[in-house]
Parts: sequence; C-alpha cells; structure tokens
Amino acid sequence: MKNLPLLFLGIFFTLAFSWVGLILSSHLNLGNLQPSTSELEDGKLIEGEPVYPIKLGGIAQTGKDVYIDQGCMYCHSQQIRAQGFGSDYERGWGNRQTVARDYIFQDRVLLGTMRTGPDLANVGSRLPSREWHMQHLYQPRITSPGSIMPPYTYLFDVQKVEGRPSEDAIMIPEGSPYAPPAGYEVVPTDRAEALVAYLLSLKVDYELPEMGFTEL
Amino acid sequence: MSADTGFTPYKSEDLSERVKLSEIDHSIRTSGLFFLVSAVVWLLIGTVFAIISSYKMHTPEFLAQYEFLTFGRARSAHLNAMIFGWANNAIFCLGLWVMARLCRNRVRHGGLLLIAGAFWNLGVSIGIFGILTGKMTSVEWLEMPTEVAPVLAFSYVLIGIWGIMAFADRKSEHVYVSQWYILAALFWFPWLYIIAEVMILMVPARGVVQPITNWWFAHNVLGLWLTPVALGVAYYLIPKVLGKPIYSYYLSVIGFWTLALFYNWAGIHHLIGGPIPVWLQTAGIVASVMMTIPVVVVAINQHMTVVGEHDAVWKSPTLRFVVFGAISYTLVSLIGSAMALRVVNEVTHFTHFTVAHAHHGVYAFFTMIMFGGIYFVMPRFMKREWPSATLIRIHFWACALGITLYVVGLSIGGIIQGLELNKLDDEGSIVYPFLQVMANTLPWLASRTVSGILLTIGHFAFAIHFFWMLFAPANKTSEGPTLLAPNNS
Ligand code: HEC
Repeated sequence: MKNLPLLFLGIFFTLAFSWVGLILSSHLNLGNLQPSTSELEDGKLIEGEPVYPIKLGGIAQTGKDVYIDQGCMYCHSQQIRAQGFGSDYERGWGNRQTVARDYIFQDRVLLGTMRTGPDLANVGSRLPSREWHMQHLYQPRITSPGSIMPPYTYLFDVQKVEGRPSEDAIMIPEGSPYAPPAGYEVVPTDRAEALVAYLLSLKVDYELPEMGFTEL
Repeated sequence: MSADTGFTPYKSEDLSERVKLSEIDHSIRTSGLFFLVSAVVWLLIGTVFAIISSYKMHTPEFLAQYEFLTFGRARSAHLNAMIFGWANNAIFCLGLWVMARLCRNRVRHGGLLLIAGAFWNLGVSIGIFGILTGKMTSVEWLEMPTEVAPVLAFSYVLIGIWGIMAFADRKSEHVYVSQWYILAALFWFPWLYIIAEVMILMVPARGVVQPITNWWFAHNVLGLWLTPVALGVAYYLIPKVLGKPIYSYYLSVIGFWTLALFYNWAGIHHLIGGPIPVWLQTAGIVASVMMTIPVVVVAINQHMTVVGEHDAVWKSPTLRFVVFGAISYTLVSLIGSAMALRVVNEVTHFTHFTVAHAHHGVYAFFTMIMFGGIYFVMPRFMKREWPSATLIRIHFWACALGITLYVVGLSIGGIIQGLELNKLDDEGSIVYPFLQVMANTLPWLASRTVSGILLTIGHFAFAIHFFWMLFAPANKTSEGPTLLAPNNS
C-alpha cells in the first residue's frame, strides 16, 4: 500500500457511506412520521377520527422504566412479523404486522431480538387481566407451569395481614407451593403496579393506512 | 517484514533487528501490562456473570431473590464486561503493540496511554455497577448508563489518537496489512460509539431509526472493531512464528477493502422481518452475502500460509490459539452470511441460535486469537518464558472443547426451537404450544452451562498462569520458549 491518502479516505468513506445509507436516509425517510387515522381520505387524515399510535402516559411510562432496568427485553421482543413469515399471527401475538409508525412515540424502542418468551407488542390485548400479570410476575410458574421466566418476587412485599387484608393484595391459588405462609399476603410494590400498567398498555389494536388487520 | 525464525524468536539471525524490536516491546511494556492485567480481570468477572446467567436460564429460581443479579442484568453485565472490559483491553494492548512493532517506532508518551487506560477501566466499572443497580438502558451492546459514555469516549479517543500518531510517525518503509486493519479499527470504533450513544440515548432519534442505528453499531463493533484487530494480529503472528511471508499480498488488499465496504451494511440483518423498510433489510442481506468475499479471501490467505506447517502450529501455544481462531472466523462468517437469507432467518431469528452464533464470533474467533497474542507478547514484555506447558494445554483444551460444545449445542437447540415455533399443520394452526417449545430448549440450555463450566476452567487456568508469569522470579529464558510438543526439528 503506497498510497496512504487513499487508505485514509477509504477508511473514512466506507463508514460514512453506510451511515448515510442506513441511518441518515432512514432518519430523513421515517423521522417525520406522524400519527394517523386508520384510513385516509384523499390522502388526508379523516377529521373527528382518533389518530394512532397514542402516547404512553402516567404510570405506564414509569412501568416502562422498570421493564428497561430489569432487562425484560432480553427475552421478549415487541414486533409482530407479517403473516406468512414465522408464526406470529398464528400464535395470536397480533392481528397485523407492526410498522415504523407504530413506534414513533416511543422514547426508547424495545424491538428486541430474542423470543425466549412470547412477543409482547400486543400483550395488553391478549392478556388484559391485572391479576394474571401480578401472579405471573410474582411467580411465572403459577400461571405457566414449567416457565423459565425469572420470578420477580422482589417487586412484591410479603407482609403480615394486619386486621383486614389489603385491597390490592394478589390472589395466590390455594395449595400452590408459592402461596405465602398463613396469615401473610403478597402486595405489589409501586414498581410492580407500574410495570403491569405498562404491559396492559401494550396494544396493537388499531389499523393504519399502510397496514390493516390481516384477513385470511 | 523481517521474520524471526522458527520457534525461537529470540534467536533471530539479524541481531540489530532483534534489539530494535525488543526496545519497542520494552517501551510499551508498562501500559501493555496494565491493559493485559485489566483484560484478564474483566475476563474472570465476565465469566462469573456468564455462568450465573446461563444457570439461571434453565433454573430460574437460582439466586432469584437478588434483584441485582436478575437475568436481564446479569447477562448484560456479562456482555459489557466481556466486550468493553476483556476485548477492548486486550485490543488496546495487542493492537497497539503490533502497530508499534510494525511502525518500527519506540512508544512515546506511554504515560498518556496509562491515564487513558485507567479512565477507560474506571468508566467500565461504573457502567457495570450501574447495570446491576438499576440504571441499565436495555439498548443492546450499549447497556451501560449514559453518564459513563463521555468518560469512555474521551479515554478511547486518547488511545485511538495515540495509535494513529504512532502510525503517522512510523519509521518503517513498508505498510503491512495488519497496520491497515488496526488503523482502520482505531478510527472506526469511536465514531460508531459516539454516533450510537448520541442518536439512541442522548438525543433519541424517532421510532425505528433507533434500532436501525443500534444494529449498525452493534454489528459493527464486531465487524469493524473486534474483527479487524483480530485479523491484524493473526496476519502478524502467523508469518512471524512460522518464519515465512504471508501467502499473497494482493489477496490481503482485496480482503481488507471488501470487509470495509460490506461489513458496514450487514448489521441490518438483525431486523429482518421487523418494522423497517424492506429495502433496508434487503441491503443488509446483500451486504451479509457479499461478506463471503473478504472471508474466503482471508481464509485462503491465512490457511495457505499455514498449510504444511501443522507440526509447528501444534507446538506453538500462540499459533494453536490463533489458527483455531482463524478457522473459526471462516466458519462463523459463512454461517453468518447464510443466517441473513430470509428462509434461514425466518427460523433462526429470535432463537438461541443467534446467541450461539455471537459466541462463535466473539469467542471462537476473536477471543482465541487474543489468547494466542497474549501467549506471544508476555514473554517479550517479561523477558522470561511461560512457566507451565501443562497450564497452557489445560487452557487450550478446556476452551476449545468448551466453545465447540457451546456453539454446537446451542445451535442445534436454536434450530429446533425455531422450527417448532414456526411449524403449522395443514389447517394453518400451530403445532407446538409455546410452553412446549420452551421446555424442549431446556436440555440445550443445560448443555450451555456444561460448556460454560469448561470455559471457566480454561479461564482460571489461564489467569493463574498469567499472574504466575507476571509475579514469578526470572526463570528459564535460556532454555527457549515453552512449547506444547517436543521440538524435534
Ligand atoms: C429468562 C427469560 C425471561 C425474562 C428475563 C423475562 N421473561 Fe417473560 N416470559 C419468559 C417465558 C419463557 C415466558 C413464557 C412462559 C410464561 O408465560 O411464563 C414468558 C412470558 C411472559 C408473559 C406472558 C406472555 C404470554 O403471551 O403468555 C409476560 C407478560 C411476560 N413474560 C412479561 C415479562 C416481563 C414484564 C419481564 C421483565 C420484568 C419478563 N417477562 C422477563 C421469559 C422471560
């Protein structure tokens, strides 16, 4: 290699090239996506109709932080693939493929690359029960025998029942090996409440102009 | 390049050449040893987190009460300890050392390197502590809290500039292929890191531009940082130890430029089927397939150099590891290209196969070459030989068998997992309920823990030997290097 300036330029431009091609172009292409009504009229939003996606708010946002700092993403994806590619549709993980617009309001996009556990993009529609999620987080094997999802026991307080049982204590089926000792109850901490609010908010239950529900 | 002959690099024909190299080695010794000690300590820390994570995956109750060790955090601590702790420190030592030697230039401002190294390791320590205590970002390969990014970026830039300066100020007449690889890597890594930190975490880009940036970054850490340095080290050590030139200069030129061009674009294959434009996915697939060119070229070039020298490779601790790594590079890269094809990706994506593949690359290829490099450089730094051929043998076999079991076991498990997840019956309904697919991965997850135990044994043998070498009084320099087989030539 005699021509050193060429070496330097080559090193610089190969990286710059891919950055422009992959990232800058995506940014220009997708960085301005706006929420939309499910269908368009003459290429415009239909007035009076709701627009999607909606922003995450309140306690669900706090719950997302819990999801992030616990690293749930390393076992769960949040993206639904098209019917015909994999079995996402057949498994009931979502009625339609997710598209770029679905993610525009997410300050951190958690697409994920592992499915040690099921996809969660639409888990709020699929499993709408707070009680189920609480039991499952406290001990996944209560709801899902043999599950290898870790128990998030530390997001709960196991406390002595003083007088009346707490209202938000979670039900653990009687005789379950995971039930607390007699006279004790399992109460979700604020973090568990927030996390479940987040999970229940995960819904792909609307259509977008570029992607309607899958019809077979 | 000048070659020390045979297995006795100290007994080079050309005395003045020997003296010069020895002076260069000496000039980088302090910072080099600092990086190596840090690397070995991180390797052990990363290994402990690895074993904990692996065991948790099939036995979720294990240590479940400790929040800081929950699976998501333990596996991220493992990854960051290995990449930013072990791999980067090993690169800082070996990459800079190869650079200095090939530039025929004594290392100046070694103190600067030490300071940068100290800050780097401080940053990684705080970062991993952050992961364990609830500040993890859940952005793959960038899990450390954003606060440490400026520290890491700053200390890295110092190190990178140092390497580039060494190159600019070189005294040698020729520029060898290892220098291009290492120079390019030193330049690429900070850009990748800074752009990714800014566009994903500091001023987050909108929506899926984040994962696109994420996979451009994460794949390029492997492709434009670990890979070029490991290839550069291998390109240096193979001819060095064998005492003969590399097979073809032209092949190495082609190999370098095609890698620089195609690897850049390949990372998007991590998002195949995802919510990003189809043309981007196609670009990622095309680039991944084109990667077969640099891979085959490097394979021909390095393996043709080694052909007929199998005795020598087997005897030399350095070459045994380096050649294991070079062969793994060919295999893992060809598998990687295949995985990007849509039909294959439909099965392997989201499964343990990907995890096996990542370890095939970062461990069987990159890490094994770094081990080989350390076996070569330590005697030059310490002016004494490795104390025990047995410990090297234990290290080699535990790691070689361990990583083979890891990759084979988890790949099989991952393919089964993917096929079962996708299988539909004639009516178009799923055949295997999710819990059953999950249960069927358990034996393979357990096989990973077994392989992890082997790797742990290898790492401890290596670490014990390393510190023994470091602290032992001077020994048998005169008897020649420590070999793994009798020298009957
Ligand atoms: C070690 C991997 C792993 C981690 C980490 C993990 N999960 Fe799971 N998860 C699983 C597995 C496996 C299943 C399927 C079995 C079951 O239902 O428990 C699952 C199931 C679920 C389900 C039910 C989905 C369905 O469709 O049935 C939800 C909800 C869930 N996980 C949420 C979480 C949350 C929230 C976290 C983080 C606090 C988390 N998971 C962390 C592995 C994991």
